[in-house]
Amino acid sequence: MSTFHQALIRVLPSGRKLVIGIPFLWLFLFFMLPFFLVMKISFSEATVSIPPYSQIYGFVDQKLQVLLNLGNYSLLGADELYISAYLGSLKIALLSTLMCLLIGFPMAYGISKTRKEMQNVLLLLIMMPTWTAILIRVYAWMGILSNNGLLNAFLMGCGLISSPIEILNTNTAVYIGVVYAYLPFMVLPLYANLVKHDQSLLEAASDLGSSNFNNFWKITVPLAKNGIVAGCMLVFIPVVGEFVIPELLGGPETLMIGRVLWQEFFNNRDWPVASALAVVMLAILIIPIVLFNRSQAKEMEARA
Amino acid sequence: MKRFSFSTLMLVLGLLFIYLPMLILVIYSFNASKLVTVWGGWSLKWYLGLLDNTQLMGSVARSLEIACYTAVAAVVLGTLAAFVLTRVTRFKGRTLFGGLVTAPLVMPEVITGLSLLLLFVAMAQMIGWPMERGLVTIWIAHTTFCAAYVAVVVSARLRELDLSIEEAAMDLGARPLKVFFLITIPMIAPSLAAGGMMSFALSLDDLVLASFVSGPGSTTLPMEVFSAVRLGVKPEINAVASLILMAVSLMTFMVWYFSRKAEANRKRAIQEAMDQTASETWQPQRTPATA
Repeated sequence: MSTFHQALIRVLPSGRKLVIGIPFLWLFLFFMLPFFLVMKISFSEATVSIPPYSQIYGFVDQKLQVLLNLGNYSLLGADELYISAYLGSLKIALLSTLMCLLIGFPMAYGISKTRKEMQNVLLLLIMMPTWTAILIRVYAWMGILSNNGLLNAFLMGCGLISSPIEILNTNTAVYIGVVYAYLPFMVLPLYANLVKHDQSLLEAASDLGSSNFNNFWKITVPLAKNGIVAGCMLVFIPVVGEFVIPELLGGPETLMIGRVLWQEFFNNRDWPVASALAVVMLAILIIPIVLFNRSQAKEMEARA
Repeated sequence: MKRFSFSTLMLVLGLLFIYLPMLILVIYSFNASKLVTVWGGWSLKWYLGLLDNTQLMGSVARSLEIACYTAVAAVVLGTLAAFVLTRVTRFKGRTLFGGLVTAPLVMPEVITGLSLLLLFVAMAQMIGWPMERGLVTIWIAHTTFCAAYVAVVVSARLRELDLSIEEAAMDLGARPLKVFFLITIPMIAPSLAAGGMMSFALSLDDLVLASFVSGPGSTTLPMEVFSAVRLGVKPEINAVASLILMAVSLMTFMVWYFSRKAEANRKRAIQEAMDQTASETWQPQRTPATA
């Protein structure tokens, strides 16, 4: 029995290895490995079969053949649609990140300045929407922004406009939707950072004759850098690939890459082109993602 | 002082911006009129109509089932990941591990969804599993991305914990496993509950991942809602959306309330224990003096 026990101990990995191994293996298998598959499929050709792509390697006449089809990528470069979709996504993501920062920073600052009890309540209020479906929150705007919706009715009632203005199915609606959906993701990391600031620094600066604006610009903002980076990345990266908001609020002129990828995949059933789109999107986003991971790691070290 | 009032104003406006549309949605779901933009008095008929919609009810049950499994698995996986990130400081591939844990937070869903689908297709070809996509594949997709959220919440909690309590238990001879289950887990319980609820809500909400990895006959609630919403605003959808909104809000509030209560209890217990040990160490000193 004891030899069996000893054998068992030798065969079973140690606790430490298990604790690291389980999450590592899961994430490797279901998060990292799939990206290599996307890369592989992006080099194959679309075929009418199940699954709808060709194999990129074959064994014919005792020769291992690897066929890399670069056609999908040259298609992306040649077709105006894809390029403008990438540019459109980047523009919408950049501008809405900026808007989120401009709205979110004062909000986070305001929360960090209230009493501790109040801070908890306000944080809950900010956090609550992030748990509700983005789909539903976007849907709520559809009713408000439509031609005979509440916003137009309100504006006409005020006498500001005489006939309904078209907002739904335009880029304006997409901006409203994106800022609305992603604002909490900007406020939360900013708050987490701002609340740790040492107030005595500001007091010392004021005692030495620094103005409020100077204080804010030279002390608060530089100290909040990690929070700003984290917040901006939490907004920017997912918005580039956003699908639901442009699909529901945007119009035909709203070209965003997430939407194009969805159409290629589900409507055209062109898996290789969809994969190539994803690979290029990832290549564009890899720098922001690394920045985000680094700011997260820094935040962890700062608190440890 | 001036900036303070400006930030307060922005805070109020921001919260109004966040909550007004949802409030309007809920109010209009009680609208008796079939026209979504005209107010025709209060009515519950759209809610009652939902009960007859068996297809919708089926998708609700399916989504709830997936969300339950996801919550459990994501908490286990996320807690393990958080524990490794905060407690095991040095091992090969730690940077990669940290990146793998936090990247799902920001990765666009279309990329994750597409890549997971391709994995499942490749696996089906190679090892014959999964033969058909459905609950299990959606569960795997949701668990992977919810675990990242759990890891963030739990690691924040693990970092603020007083390490000396765990060290004391180890000094007294407890094995690491015992320390983890008897000391660490009870202390991080509120964040585990929060992470679980969060995963439940996120899984219940997800449209993009589920659309990619689901198979025929495994339509989830968001997929059902999405295909209806695409065709425009409808009173039935208002009712469904309001129900989801209210359920999730209630859940969020409950998590917040209970975790705060647990936290207060814990603090009080620690205080009491400290008072007690303080008075106990006093007693023996006084007894010999009186004797």
